[in-house]
Amino acid sequence: MAKKLVIEHLNAWFDNIQALKDINLDIEENSVTAVIGPSGCGKTTFVRCLNRIHEVVDKAKVSGKVLLDGKDIYSSDMDPVLVRRRIGMVFQKPNPFPTMSIFENVAAGLKLNGLKKKNELADAVERSLKMAALWDEVKDKLYKSAMALSGGQQQRLCIARTIALEPEIILMDEPASALDPISTAHIEELIQQIKEKYTIVIVTHNMQQAARVSDYTGFFLLGELIEFNKTSDIFTNPKDKRTEDYITGRFG
Amino acid sequence: MDSFVYLKRRIINKAMLFFSYASALIGVVVLFLILFHIIVKGITSINLHFLIRLPTPPGEPGGGIANAIIGSFIVVGIASLIAIPVGVMSGIYLSEFGENKFASIIRYFADVLNGIPSIVTGIVAYMFVVLPMHRFSALAGGIALSILMIPIITRTTEELVRMVPDTIREAALALGVPQWKVILLVVLRTASTSIITGIMLAVARVGGETAPLLFTAFNNSFMSFKLDQPISTMTVLIYNYASSPYPDWNSIAWGTAFLLILIVLIVNIISKMFTYKKYSL
Repeated sequence: MAKKLVIEHLNAWFDNIQALKDINLDIEENSVTAVIGPSGCGKTTFVRCLNRIHEVVDKAKVSGKVLLDGKDIYSSDMDPVLVRRRIGMVFQKPNPFPTMSIFENVAAGLKLNGLKKKNELADAVERSLKMAALWDEVKDKLYKSAMALSGGQQQRLCIARTIALEPEIILMDEPASALDPISTAHIEELIQQIKEKYTIVIVTHNMQQAARVSDYTGFFLLGELIEFNKTSDIFTNPKDKRTEDYITGRFG
Repeated sequence: MDSFVYLKRRIINKAMLFFSYASALIGVVVLFLILFHIIVKGITSINLHFLIRLPTPPGEPGGGIANAIIGSFIVVGIASLIAIPVGVMSGIYLSEFGENKFASIIRYFADVLNGIPSIVTGIVAYMFVVLPMHRFSALAGGIALSILMIPIITRTTEELVRMVPDTIREAALALGVPQWKVILLVVLRTASTSIITGIMLAVARVGGETAPLLFTAFNNSFMSFKLDQPISTMTVLIYNYASSPYPDWNSIAWGTAFLLILIVLIVNIISKMFTYKKYSL
């Protein structure tokens, strides 16, 4: 399989606190890569560096390379706006646009990027909502406020909003951590379905979830990548003592 | 002993509650006295002629205040045209890019400007607009009122845009939307209903100003649509007519006061309706 993202010597800071230390790893195309680790280990910061959204926070800095199809997204001729269009992101807390309807939320990315044709927008909205397994639940209330949906529905709406732009990679930052078990199961099923088209990187603090949904897993601790391997190997045969301690529940 | 402490606490509680209610009542009673007085005195002057005719000399019955109504809308309109864009844009600047020295200075000046007596802004407009133009004008009045409006709109917009959570900004940025579109089409839209409310309240507030108009817009007994000419406004008309010795002018002043309060009330109600619109924050 092809390498979609190659991360080389990635470091990240908040002011003068280093959150990521020399991260190196490759992400395969059309695979699901899970990022696990205890709170504060830098896993969220890591995915936020992959679509250049880390740098929008005041005093945040990044160094190193992130090669998307061989081209560094941090090189000076790369527009962060275009990077983010190719690498979408779903956040920890569902964050639909509160003043927009369900339809407008899904269409927002396309519309704000200049797509005006009504029928194309409608097609994209339907396709994305179907892919996010939300269409049947909302098709009769597309013009109602997105805030009227449940938390799990809102998160699937956010996934649909990201899918609508047809990015190449989707980053998910603990997408199910604020949801109940049934909604979580929905999201996990969804990840399995969409990975045929997309490359997915998912942050999770739930190891069972990582084991269920991912092909590869990286274990982070205190800003360092301790171990990265096939998910089956990480969970059955961890090479590092600290990985073993974490996945067997001795800390974290 | 314990029961005594409890009794004492209950008595103090009752007493404090009584004083709170009494204070609230005093405020409300004064408001209702003013409203009642104006309605009783003013409502009899209001009729169709009052709304569509021009003022008549004292003693001649049947005069109206059409020129003052139109004039007030023109002057407040000019003020809004200047103050809304300037105020909203400075508010966005302060909230989205306001983590620096320059912004805190602007913020400080906006607060000081907010506290300046309105008659002083009138003098400033007199110096910088009326004197160079060699005449009183609707434009000068509008500029004077806009100076009052800008800091109000700036600070409300800043507060309201700041209330939009960062997660909304990040959601839009993560869709590959350029920052200027994120601010104008997502963040501002999220806060828009409350910003409109803030603007309406600022409009209602300056609509009732008299002092800054006395030596800027001045007065005019005739219908005027010219921006570079003196113009009649409802507030200045109240000032002139209420202090005149003629009883029929006095009653026109009451009628105008009633109309003005009615308009301010309507603007307030409309702004409330915006707040309750669905999808608001």
